[in-house]
Amino acid sequence: MPDTHTVSGAGVTLVEATPAPGVPPVPGAAETSRGRRRRSAPTGRPLVSHGRRAPAIGLGIVVLYLSLVVLIPLAAVVWRSGEGGASGFWHAVTRPEASSSLKLTIGASLLVAVVNLVMGTAIAWLLVRDRLPGGAVLDTLIDLPFALPTIVAGLALLTVYGVKSPVGLNLAYARTGVVVALLFVTLPFVVRTVQPVLLELDRDMEEAAASLGANPTVVFLRIILPNIMPAMAAGTALAFARAMSEFGSTVLISGNLPFKTQVASVHIFNQLESDNVGGAAAVATVLLLVSMLVLVALDLLQRWAGRRG
Amino acid sequence: MQIRRRRRVALVAAGLAAGLALTACASTDPPASANSTGASAKAVTLSLVAYSTPQAAYEKIIAAFQKTPAGKDVKFTQSYGASGDQSRAVESGLPADFVMFSLETDMTRLVKAGLVAEDWSSDQDKGIITDSVVALVTRKGNPKGIKSFADLTKPGVDVITPNPFSSGGARWNIMAVYGSQTQTGKSPAQAAAFLTKVLKNVSVQDDSARASLQTFTGGKGDVLISYENEAIFAQQKGQDIDYVVPDSTLLIENPAAVTKNSKHPKEAKAFLDFVHTPQAQRIFAENGYRPVVKGADTAGQSFPTPSGLFTIADLGGWPDVATKYFDVDKGIVTDIERKLGVSVEKK
Repeated sequence: MPDTHTVSGAGVTLVEATPAPGVPPVPGAAETSRGRRRRSAPTGRPLVSHGRRAPAIGLGIVVLYLSLVVLIPLAAVVWRSGEGGASGFWHAVTRPEASSSLKLTIGASLLVAVVNLVMGTAIAWLLVRDRLPGGAVLDTLIDLPFALPTIVAGLALLTVYGVKSPVGLNLAYARTGVVVALLFVTLPFVVRTVQPVLLELDRDMEEAAASLGANPTVVFLRIILPNIMPAMAAGTALAFARAMSEFGSTVLISGNLPFKTQVASVHIFNQLESDNVGGAAAVATVLLLVSMLVLVALDLLQRWAGRRG
Repeated sequence: MQIRRRRRVALVAAGLAAGLALTACASTDPPASANSTGASAKAVTLSLVAYSTPQAAYEKIIAAFQKTPAGKDVKFTQSYGASGDQSRAVESGLPADFVMFSLETDMTRLVKAGLVAEDWSSDQDKGIITDSVVALVTRKGNPKGIKSFADLTKPGVDVITPNPFSSGGARWNIMAVYGSQTQTGKSPAQAAAFLTKVLKNVSVQDDSARASLQTFTGGKGDVLISYENEAIFAQQKGQDIDYVVPDSTLLIENPAAVTKNSKHPKEAKAFLDFVHTPQAQRIFAENGYRPVVKGADTAGQSFPTPSGLFTIADLGGWPDVATKYFDVDKGIVTDIERKLGVSVEKK
């Protein structure tokens, strides 16, 4: 491994910065020299790293980007939620209409995540393993909930499952309506995470197991499931997080009755409208924390499954 | 290795710092750059920011204004949205020369922010640009025989009104229901009990007046508490609805003003003056609003004055009403919704 002194030496001559001996060169100089070295000596190391740490410039860009797009805005939310101190935060979150909307949102999101886990996996299976007629069309349909603005999704659901429902199913203005809306907007997640893994899955393993006498259930439980489990968990986590934050589709179909059908995102909207930004940020922070908990839990589950598999 | 790690840390720190610096700059930038184009061009561009319902009227009013000598070289950018959202957007830097809101509190927010002059309401129409009244929209032929707010308390009457916490405009509705009692000799406690009974019959509380109208025309509910201009709008769109104006109801007053930081104060003021002319008021009347200028042509619309019409000033004025009734913790309406909600949860 070339030592850092030759590298920084090249940097000095190239950018004409002249740090005193012993003083660490400025980051910019180091960055230029390292980029240059890689280009001038392509035979040194493969560009694709094998567990090597990312070059500092890459890391810098990623951190900068993540900070601008995600970390700083999220920090601002958390910061504003703390405006009223710990007691103000607690008060905003335990306000009856806030806690009621949070309970509904978390409950509905959990339910929707579980339904997605089962149905999403089944749909992915169908798309990959069964060559059904019109499969390609179905495959395209899966992504449509992503393409629609969710408020349009709410409107569409209202037309089909509202008061004038042509199919005779009136689910609007009740909690069922909330769940239906969330199911609609979160459908693609599990399907789209499980599908590629199923496609890549080596059929030889299954055939080998079958030839050794394993019945289809055992093959599924012992061969397929451990392989697609991480993808299932990832998709479910995404679906859950998405459901927690959904606003557009639920605001129309839920009827927005406080304590009954008002979800947390709509409650947050109400607090903003009532000039209670701190309260809105506090409820938003709880949504963030719960989403993070679930994401971390499912990530741990993936790792655990990965170790066992 | 040690040095390299330190460098990496330095880079990460530099990245973070740059990010913070960028966001810090960004927050001060827009007001400075936004109007820079207007200076060089001869034609002046005014930025109009308003709540959503008067959009159709404004498009016609602007066209009429541009035919006058004062408005000949004036162009407009127009932004419409929920009244509260629009007000907050201007507060946090959205360039605006002319603003119109559905609620006075959205204007006072800008007064507090130093963006609208304290004396915005001192003109001949008290800063108000359009009027309307709180009305009851029913199904065609009024099958449930709805005439007054008292009819909304009857068992089995399905009432729709927007959520007063999501929609500032919905507060007109709530205060009309409440005021219909206090203005006819009932005590505040009786009025609150009355409001509780009405809210008990409310099955949907959409986030905006338009969404509620959509819900109602979509087939949900027997009565929609709305504004007269919205009801006229729906009828003009061919919706199968009727509406009644209760004898005792609330006068809706929508304020408009020019901003203090307008780059073109002369043109903005000229437009505000134009909006007060009978010509512009007639366009508002065509769109269902009651003109604020006495004796203005109403374009064939009949706007009967209800016998027991009261104003928000009779109920204490918006600043007081907003805190007394709609405070998120201690408001009277907040409390009523909470009590109703708890009984719902126990079911």
